[in-house]
Order: sequence, then C-alpha cells, then structure tokens
Amino acid sequence: MDFQSCVKINREWDIVGARQIGREHAKKIGFGTVDQARIATAISELARNIYLYADTGKICFEIINEIDRKGLWILAVDNGPGIADISQVMEDGFSTSGGLGAGLPGVKRLMDQFDIISETGKGTEIRTVKWVRK
Amino acid sequence: MAKILHVSDKHVTIYIKIRGKMQHGGKRMDKHLNSIVINNSDTIVKDWLVEVSKNRHNDYTSAISEDLFESTNREFVNVIFSSLEKQGITSELDDFSEKLINLGWPLSYLTDGLQAFRRVTINFILSQSEKVDSDHLSKVLDMVDNWVDPIINQLVNEYSGSWEHIVSLQRVALQELSAPLIPVMENITIMPLIGTIDTERAKLIMENLLEGVIKHNADVVLIDITGVPVVDTMVAHHIIQAAEAVRLIGSTCILVGIRPEIAQTIVNLGIDLGKFPTKSSLRKGFQAALEMTNRKIVHEKGSDEGIESLLDSLNGE
Ligand SMILES: Nc1ncnc2c1ncn2[C@@H]1O[C@H](COP(=O)(O)OP(=O)(O)OP(=O)(O)O)[C@@H](O)[C@H]1O
Ligand SMILES: [Mg+2]
Repeated sequence: MDFQSCVKINREWDIVGARQIGREHAKKIGFGTVDQARIATAISELARNIYLYADTGKICFEIINEIDRKGLWILAVDNGPGIADISQVMEDGFSTSGGLGAGLPGVKRLMDQFDIISETGKGTEIRTVKWVRK
Repeated sequence: MAKILHVSDKHVTIYIKIRGKMQHGGKRMDKHLNSIVINNSDTIVKDWLVEVSKNRHNDYTSAISEDLFESTNREFVNVIFSSLEKQGITSELDDFSEKLINLGWPLSYLTDGLQAFRRVTINFILSQSEKVDSDHLSKVLDMVDNWVDPIINQLVNEYSGSWEHIVSLQRVALQELSAPLIPVMENITIMPLIGTIDTERAKLIMENLLEGVIKHNADVVLIDITGVPVVDTMVAHHIIQAAEAVRLIGSTCILVGIRPEIAQTIVNLGIDLGKFPTKSSLRKGFQAALEMTNRKIVHEKGSDEGIESLLDSLNGE
C-alpha cells in the first residue's frame, strides 16, 4: 500500500503532530467524535511507543475509499530493537518501562484491525485500520 | 571656522580606524572614499530611502503607518551615519535597536535596511570614481563591509539576546499556566487542565498538586480534564499516580470533566479508574467535594443567585 502522508517521530512533540494529522483525516472521512478520539488515542500510543522504545520512526496514514466501505489505515514503522515476544506485549499490564502496559492491547481494542510485524534488531511495523461505521 | 576644523578632525579619526582594519590600501584613497560618503550623505540618504521603500509593500512593514515608517527610516539612517562617523557601536544604535525590539519590528527591517545601505553606498562611490578597476572595486567593497558588518552583527546579537529572554519568560509563564491550582473554598481546591499533556507537564502537574494540597490545606482536590484533548495511557498513568500520592498525604482527588468520548477511550484502553472517585462534570464533582467536607448547598428564599449560579457558570450544564 502506498501511504500518502507520514509524520516523522523524532521528539515527544511529534506525537502531538501525528495525532492532529490523524484526527484531521478521521474528520474528513466522516468518523464521529468517539471514533475520532479512539483514533487520536491509538496514534498517541503507537507514536509514544516509537519515541520511547525505538527513538525514531514514523506514523503513516492512508484513507481507504472502497465501494462498500471507508476507513483509515494507520501504519507505525520504526527501525528500533524490535519485539521478541509479540504475545507477551499484547498482554494487558505488560510493560518494560514501568508504564501501565495498556498501550498495545488498548490500540487493538480501539481499532478494528491490528497486526504487528517485528524482527528483533531490525524494527517494528504495526498496521491498523479503523472502519467508518454505517 | 571652528566647525570646519571639527569636521575634518572627525574625518582623520575615521580614516585611522578604518585603516587599521584594512589589509591594503593607500591612505589617500581611504580618506578620499570616506569624504565622498560623509560629504554626500544627503544624496546617499535619498537613494537609501527610495530603496527601503521598495521593500515596504511586499512584507512585514506593510501594517505600519506611512508616517511612522518614514520617521523610523530617517532615524535609522541617522543612526547608521553616526555609527559611521564614530566608527563603531554607538549608544544611538543601542537605543534605536532597543526601541525597535520593544515595538516588535522584525530584525529583517534592520538587516534589509543595512543591506540597502551597502548597495547604495557602493553604487554611489563607484559612480563618483573616475576609473574603476578591480583593485579599486575591492577596496570600496572592503571599506563598506567594514562599516556595515559590525553594525549588522551588533543588531543580530541584540535581537537574539532579547528573543531568548522573551522565550525564557514565556516558558516561565507557560509553566505557571500549565498546572494551576485554584483554592475555591476552604479545603477544596481545583486544578483545571487545558491543552496537551506531555511528560514534562505531567510531572509538573504532580508537583503542583502535592505542593498545593499542602499549602491550601485541601481535603479535596478536583482535577478537571475537560480541556485535555487526548487521554492516553501516559496521561492516565500520571493522573493515577498523582491521585495516589494525594491519597497518601491524607486528601482525596476527584477526577472531573471526563467527556463521553474520553470515557470510551479510557475503557477501551482497559484503564481502571475505579480506585478514586470520578465525576462527569465539575459541578457534580464540586457537589461531591462539599459533601465530603460536610457541607451542602442550601437554598434560601429569594436568593437563587449564589453558589447555584456560580456552579452553572463553571460549566454550561
Ligand atoms: N515500537 C516498539 N519497539 C520495541 N518495543 C516495543 C515497541 N512498542 C512496544 N514495545 C514493547 O512492548 C511493551 C508494551 O507496550 P505497551 O504500549 O502496551 O505498554 P507500555 O508502553 O510499556 O506502557 P503504556 O501503557 O504507557 O503504553 C513495551 O513496554 C515495550 O517493551
Ligand atoms: Mg506504550
């Protein structure tokens, strides 16, 4: 998939920038207030994980406009340390940074589709989609 | 007579100082160039004003009135000439730049003005020269650079100094704004949070909250998150920790202003806020706080105004 707009995550405030762009897309596609908040929160989690664990990376967006459905693709990519045990990080409460450990399992619940591709030492790619409810 | 003597004295001074900075060049030549500029200041000023007015339409100064623009230009060019005559940074230049900084004129007005002065002066000197070879040209350029560059450097330094100063003041102001505490009533304090919370601000909230609770002797503190756009796990985590810390020093924290969409995302994230009281609105939170401090709102006959209307004004419920 060819992602149209990407936001680089280098500093903490880039998280806010990514969130704002995501929210703009969500509004344009026609998501309601609650879904806009869900999308903004999911972006915040993914971007903060990049900032915390991979140092730098990017968040990309793509609007899906199919005949029968509309949605928003969000892709979080980094070249950080990667995740060795994916099922472990998807457990509620698992955190290596003293956090709540609610980020990744939370994103999965906030969004409709969720996939992690990760290789240790190479990086992490998280692909997630939210569909507009009819 | 005395006046003429004075002027030529000044020329000698200029000539000596300039010569010190120049790598090569004959005495007579330098002196000659100086005299050309000083003696023809009227023409140079006129050319300069034309040049500077060209910048006016397309940019920053277009919002400034014609009169002010012209009088500032005149003051500016006088300051430039007095810097040239005194060869260096004068108190006039200091005062002038300080004034412009305070009035909020952009630095580019000054640097553009000095670049225009450089062009006009070089053109003028060259137009007065009988023969223009590369040697002569490089001397003229050198000399004018030696006039203009120190002034530009001085102005840039002053501007950036004042800019840093303003930024640091704004930072302090922002820090004070970012986690304010309002002791609305004996034992009840409110912390209204507005805007994005980053880690630095989250730490500040915690510090201010604990300090404030102790200082105002608060039994109940209401954290109002109506104005926080996104409550993610980081923000939630800090709020939970702050509430826990407040509990440890013997007070109660009530989280208020949870908008419906925020309530939903908090639930989706699987965050448990069950440990401390939450209320949807500041009004409800305040009522709970009154009860917790053994007070309640009493309706007196004929006085509908009062706390009720105060509460209504707090949030349009
Ligand atoms: N992009 C990433 N690269 C490497 N490791 C990651 C990445 N994202 C998450 N992790 C690992 O997965 C763990 C769980 O992440 P998750 O976002 O669920 O919780 P958290 O960030 O620790 O806490 P929080 O609840 O504040 O998000 C992290 O502690 C970290 O070890
Ligand atoms: Mg996280």
